[in-house]
Amino acid sequence: MKLLILITVIALLASFISDRHKTGRALIVAWTRLKHIAPAFFIMLIFISIILTVFPENMISNLLGKHDLFLGVTFASMIGSLVLMPGFIAFPLCGILLRQGVPYTTLSALTTTMMMVGILTFPLEQSYFGTRTAVIRNTLCFLIAMIVALLTGLFYGEIL
Amino acid sequence: MTRKALRTIFMFLYAVFLIVSLAVHFKPGQLVYAHFSSFFIEMIGIVPCAFILIGLFEVWIKRATIEKHLTGWGGMFWAILLAGTTVGGLYVAFPVAHALLKKGAQVRVVFAYLFAAAIFRVPMTLFEASFIGVKFTLIRLTASLPLILIGSVIMEKVAGDQINSVISNEERNLG
Repeated sequence: MKLLILITVIALLASFISDRHKTGRALIVAWTRLKHIAPAFFIMLIFISIILTVFPENMISNLLGKHDLFLGVTFASMIGSLVLMPGFIAFPLCGILLRQGVPYTTLSALTTTMMMVGILTFPLEQSYFGTRTAVIRNTLCFLIAMIVALLTGLFYGEIL
Repeated sequence: MTRKALRTIFMFLYAVFLIVSLAVHFKPGQLVYAHFSSFFIEMIGIVPCAFILIGLFEVWIKRATIEKHLTGWGGMFWAILLAGTTVGGLYVAFPVAHALLKKGAQVRVVFAYLFAAAIFRVPMTLFEASFIGVKFTLIRLTASLPLILIGSVIMEKVAGDQINSVISNEERNLG
């Protein structure tokens, strides 16, 4: 987090020195975006705070692979393929899940399927590229997501 | 009732619930508050930084210069860069990919764009690194990059003909 603040300050200074007006515009863009996403953000925090209280401490992290990685990845990739969620909501959520003990492998499967596989956007994709292409693309992307999750697990030493 | 109104009422009820819980020492309510405040404090440090970086990125990187390079050998590389500037998920990338195909872009270049738009969008990646960790993001990106390059070549081989016929059918229907 400190690193992020440091990078932001440096980038902002560099931008300000080279072009004051552009920097001003960048800040306006940042503010508009932030304002736009803020309500959804609060709703997410509210829901999470309730869900984590209502469900037993370990239930969610267990379901997402704290003890059984295979179960977690299966479950996460199913959710990821189905749910449509903007990254601005999905990643903070993953940060919270990580603190609850959900392994990186599961988070990798969850985020990658969420980004690449779209069951809900399938009709849209179909209308642009045809049914066969859409089926092949989604299947291929699901496989890619599984490989990426596997590699993530290997890097973090969660598998083997 | 509009969505906005529902949202406001929901947030209001939540706030009332928290205040009452804290006042009468209602255990579950206190726990909800503890969760909410700890997440909120964490986010308040990260979120503004991420959005400032996104703003700077949008102002300094011009899409047009990238789009110019989208043909030829370096096409796939530039397609991935273009994808980095995409806002929104796949549902935004589909129409762009479709438009690229109509302009006669190679199928593999278009799919490299589509895949990269799903996983490499810069604003999103900044968010990911801030919340899950830089290491996680680096692993995910280095693992994905070769896979999406192979993937787009596979897509061209397996579905290239169908895509081209879908596109040319549309052209015929239009003209």
